[in-house]
Amino acid sequence: MQVAELEAIARTLRAHAVRMIYHARGAHLGSCLSIADILACLYWDTLRIDHDRFILSKGHAAAILYAALAERGFFPVEELATYCAFNSRLTGHVTSGVPGVELSSGSLGHGLPVGCGMALAAKRDWSPARIVVLVSDGELDEGSNWEAILFAAHHKLDNLLLIVDYNKIQSFGRVQEVLDLDPLADKFRAFRWAVREVDGHAMAQLADTFGNLPFSGGKPGVVIAHTRKGKGVSFMEDDLAWHYRSPTQEQLAIALEELGENGLH
Amino acid sequence: MRTAFIEELVHLAAKDERIWLVCGDIGYSVLEAFADRFPARYLNAGVAEQNMTGIAAGLALTGKTVFTYSIANFPSLRCLEQIRNDVCYHNLNVKIVAVGGGLAYGSHGYTHHAVEDIAVMSALPNITVIAPADPVEARAVTRMIAVQPGPAYLRLGKAGEPILHTSDLAVTYGKAILLREGSDLALISIGGMLANTLTAADKLNRAGYSVRVLSMPFAVPLDEDAIRGAVADTSVILTIEEHGPGGLGSTVGECIARSGQAVTFVPLRLGRSPIKVAGTQEQLRAMHGLSADAIARSAEQALLERRQVCQ
Repeated sequence: MQVAELEAIARTLRAHAVRMIYHARGAHLGSCLSIADILACLYWDTLRIDHDRFILSKGHAAAILYAALAERGFFPVEELATYCAFNSRLTGHVTSGVPGVELSSGSLGHGLPVGCGMALAAKRDWSPARIVVLVSDGELDEGSNWEAILFAAHHKLDNLLLIVDYNKIQSFGRVQEVLDLDPLADKFRAFRWAVREVDGHAMAQLADTFGNLPFSGGKPGVVIAHTRKGKGVSFMEDDLAWHYRSPTQEQLAIALEELGENGLH
Repeated sequence: MRTAFIEELVHLAAKDERIWLVCGDIGYSVLEAFADRFPARYLNAGVAEQNMTGIAAGLALTGKTVFTYSIANFPSLRCLEQIRNDVCYHNLNVKIVAVGGGLAYGSHGYTHHAVEDIAVMSALPNITVIAPADPVEARAVTRMIAVQPGPAYLRLGKAGEPILHTSDLAVTYGKAILLREGSDLALISIGGMLANTLTAADKLNRAGYSVRVLSMPFAVPLDEDAIRGAVADTSVILTIEEHGPGGLGSTVGECIARSGQAVTFVPLRLGRSPIKVAGTQEQLRAMHGLSADAIARSAEQALLERRQVCQ
């Protein structure tokens, strides 16, 4: 798909997330906005929907995953309006049973081990499936990830792609101040992974990088996507507060205006 | 029991290609029987139980029936949230096998005592929780959980347990096994405590009591019919388990209370405090009132008290 079309989809996904979190008085909007471009690229360009599996391990960004799945045709877009409402299946963290969701998530550090199991099964069954797992940077504090990182390299799972949403903010502050991950690329290289670093909002770069899997035969791949929390809405960008806050009606209008969407829905 | 388990699993895996065995670097000289025969369905995940359980969930999500295997609390408590969220929440075909349940690793110390596992596993959704009493029960329930959809927790002993049943034992899912019929009291045992329970029953028989003995391998689902039967037919019920509070004694006690009938109920079990001294399994059992003699004494005392209450 053309880069401009993917960018337009990313804007639509962002607008959905802003509206959903506004109506739900929900949280984690900044975490949704930082992965909008990645999700647009994956679901409209990279993933072969019939074969590949995608796990959103940072389950708190559920709103934008639901938006992507609805826009991709897994369920009606109208249902997004029920996000976090009583009796809706669209809960605040990713929940299986929602069409298109491979794994419930919400507690961090679960997606990559499960992805390793899926990738190992694909290898042993000679399946062409590729497994893509998206984690947050703060999530990499969890030791279970490093068990899996060790495992994936040992078992040469080159059908496994890990994407790190490296927006440099975790729930209490800057990653560098809470528990520093750097040098992150070096860590993955030392664990025998094939590493790519990209601007997580540069659609052409994302499409080009995801389009060249596997990066290295016999090695699992990791894309360290340098992103901005809250990307796309000026007053939400790179601000910890938007890990928690939901927009006021006035902020909603400004955000949708900036995203090129009109109307409050 | 572990030998019975692995023999049965190899037998099952020969017929069912979905069956995988994933261990956490435990099982030397036991698991080779499976690993050598089915290398493509065997995995040593390393000393990393969280990852092991996540991998098992990932495999199960692609249609496999996955047995995870380690000792004591390593495949259960170490990776509890993976069991809860990845396995149980998704109702996956992952069967968690813990070798050395209870005090089987007696002298290894408290880290190796699996004495809260049944309570913790029983609190999770969708899971079947089983502690077989002997190699015959172990074989039967292994066969059962291999085809029963959904998660299971299988607490095994170690090696060398006495065989207490004939090899043609029929085990029904979620049902207790009646070994002795009796009308004065009922002894309900889970897991490896059955051997001492049977010896205690013999002593009580010699003292003139009519003793019902039930082996209850299923902690979940609990055989409430068998408990209500014991309530209806006897006046004293004891549960016997190598486990602390929150296990069989707690669930049977709740069932008895809900029956509304007056019986004397004595849960024989371990205390809440960690055992901090060394000892063989049998020595540590005896220390906590779980020897055959102690079970018989507790039962007799309960019977005498019951008679005083009823006079």
